[in-house]
Amino acid sequence: MSSIAQKKGFGATIWDFMTTVDHKKIAILYLMSGGFFFLVGGIEAMLIRIQLVKAGNDFLSAGTFNEVITMHGTTMIFLASMPILLAFMNAVMPLQIGARDVAFPFLNSLGFWLFFFGGIFLNLSWFMGGAPDAGWTNYASLALASEGHGIDFYALGLTISGFGTLIAGINFLVTIINMRAPGMTYMRMPLFTWTTFVASALILLAFPPLTVGLFFMIFDRLFGASFFAVEMGGNTIIWEHLFWIFGHPEVYILILPAFGIFSEIFAIFSRKRLFGYTALVFATILIGFYGFMVWAHHMFTVGLGPTANAVFALATMIIAVPTGIKIFNWLLTIWGGNISFSVPMIYAVAFIPTFVAGGVTGVMQAIAPLDYQLHDSYFIVAHFHYVIVGGVVLAILAGTHLYWPKMFGTMLSEKLGKWTFWFFFLGFHLTFFIQHFLGLMGMPRRVYTFGADQGWDLFNAISSSGAVLMATGVIILLVNVVMTIVKNERIGNDPWGDGRTLEWAIPSPPPFYNFAQTPLVRGLDTYWIEKMDGNKKGMIFAEPLGDIHMPNGSIIPFVISLGMFIASFGALYFLDGKPWALAVLIGGLALMFGSMLLRSLKDDLGFHITKEELLEDAKGGNTDGH
Amino acid sequence: MAHDAHVHVRSQAEFEYVKKKRADEMRGNLATFAIMIFLTLIAFTTVAAGFSVYLIVPIILLLAAIQVVLQLYYFMHMSGKGHGMVAFFMFSGMFVAFITVLTFVTIIWW
Ligand code: HEM
Ligand SMILES: [Cu+2]
Repeated sequence: MSSIAQKKGFGATIWDFMTTVDHKKIAILYLMSGGFFFLVGGIEAMLIRIQLVKAGNDFLSAGTFNEVITMHGTTMIFLASMPILLAFMNAVMPLQIGARDVAFPFLNSLGFWLFFFGGIFLNLSWFMGGAPDAGWTNYASLALASEGHGIDFYALGLTISGFGTLIAGINFLVTIINMRAPGMTYMRMPLFTWTTFVASALILLAFPPLTVGLFFMIFDRLFGASFFAVEMGGNTIIWEHLFWIFGHPEVYILILPAFGIFSEIFAIFSRKRLFGYTALVFATILIGFYGFMVWAHHMFTVGLGPTANAVFALATMIIAVPTGIKIFNWLLTIWGGNISFSVPMIYAVAFIPTFVAGGVTGVMQAIAPLDYQLHDSYFIVAHFHYVIVGGVVLAILAGTHLYWPKMFGTMLSEKLGKWTFWFFFLGFHLTFFIQHFLGLMGMPRRVYTFGADQGWDLFNAISSSGAVLMATGVIILLVNVVMTIVKNERIGNDPWGDGRTLEWAIPSPPPFYNFAQTPLVRGLDTYWIEKMDGNKKGMIFAEPLGDIHMPNGSIIPFVISLGMFIASFGALYFLDGKPWALAVLIGGLALMFGSMLLRSLKDDLGFHITKEELLEDAKGGNTDGH
Repeated sequence: MAHDAHVHVRSQAEFEYVKKKRADEMRGNLATFAIMIFLTLIAFTTVAAGFSVYLIVPIILLLAAIQVVLQLYYFMHMSGKGHGMVAFFMFSGMFVAFITVLTFVTIIWW
């Protein structure tokens, strides 16, 4: 490529990623760190299943078991699923709307580094006196009674990474509202962009309650406040409300982008326009709204009273309607399509019955009287793994196969992909289907062991054996990734051959400025329309070729996040009377605010890519930015 | 994208049009202002007349809501073009906050 990018050494590559503000590189950062945390959470899951493989096992002590389940849930939700989805949003959404980057590239990088340092902070608890152990829901009375610093790591770590997620959400909202290419009206946006939009709105509205709750928790634990301390006139239930006001929308923050990925897959691999696009869009928005009206279904047994339970039960059941609409639209998209069963499509097809099963158990739990039986039993564990693994994780695996070529310019092996699928999918059902029955037989969730006389031995052993299959699937995926990287067979713009949206009209990976000329959008499935019109270029342009203005990279986001990370250690050890804690707190904050100040005082004027350089790129065809 | 600064000279007709629009807007502002003062008077009157608190509180809250809407639309120009998304997000946020407060008031603190 032009003068801007040359072959780089290893150190320079690392530095490049630390300072990048390019949405495609930030996507790779999200994917790598999310993938890493996914493996960590997976190892924790295996530890849980080993402990529960037989009655009276003593592989993990009761205390360690509590830490492992807490960290498993927290890691999987906050540090694995969400970041990996953010990776796809970053990688694909700006391309889908024909933008050169997100609205605030600097903030994009800041969001990532905050998430990253928050995640590291949380996980360092393992080595610094014990992990959090009050469950991922961290119910207040239990959390306040917890000894050591585990809960403090939880509250501070999630505060940091929560800031990051909030920043990412706001950034995507502004991007989608303001940066769409000419002609890209709202009702022409691909569904993945739509679900990114609604999920970002949910992030915007749902994370503040969590932050408030975490602040109260931090004040209660570190500074002796008593928001949740009943004996001091506080109210422990308020934590539950704040947590679930965040928590239920959170599950939709996870599942909506997953729906988006599957919607893209169904259209591409059925070679058909999405059936009921409008209905899918409005169902997405509706789910977003309902998501805020149902949180108390997690609290039926708290004693809210029959009226509140009835109201929230009904509201919860209504959510199943827009979700059902989506299922039917997907089925009708496949119907009569010219289907190709590539790996992403296999995941998508498998997702439908799996997710429906999870939805059905959800509606069962929404029946408040029945939930008195189901609550806090393995039935609940089965439910949310059916929706989260059967929905979100399948989407993540499908999305990895679907978007890998766009992100890296190489194709994951279809053959190994199918092996991964079968191991993972069968292992998943083996692990979790039987847990419904364990729940109905009375096995409570979050118990570290059970007795041989309780009749749960066989089912638990079966469940654990399923987990081994899932782990095998994931290992095959890792092998697949390594082999693909080593082989390095480059592919073209539209590797699946049936791409419909703008991202498939440009090289894989795209040049760092994405579009040499901003495209003009003529309808839904932009690229497909141009292909059908025989347009070899894949798009028509809204502007003549001209200079492009780009932002410079910056290390400041990294330093801001590092400052916050350091300050958190100071806050954590402050009350232990450690003499250095105050200095660390102040030093960290100084670093953070100092670098913010630097950023505000020093303007980034960016740089220009000239028309000549763009022409050269287009001739050489070398646009991968290396 | 290239942003070319565009200098535009208004024609006579355009000038007239803009003038008329401004006059309309001014009238709207004044009318709204009058209504708002009137609403405020009602609020004070209900208190001065010594009605039951259970009547006064909902009335004042309702009046306050109306005031906010008038303020937003007539003085902060939310009725203007291109504010649809802003309005949508504002009302979504208010809606979520309202449900939250309502629930807290009714099932925790009541
Ligand atoms: C038809 C849609 C759904 C309904 C009606 C529903 C209903 C419920 C209910 C009533 C509970 C509480 C059960 C209890 O604790 O006693 C619950 C728990 C849960 N649901 Fe769902 N759900 C639905 C979809 C989803 C989706 C899409 C996700 C995630 C992607 C999800 C994730 C969870 C999680 C994580 C929990 C357990 C939280 C915990 O206690 O740790 N649900 N669901
Ligand atoms: Cu829920």
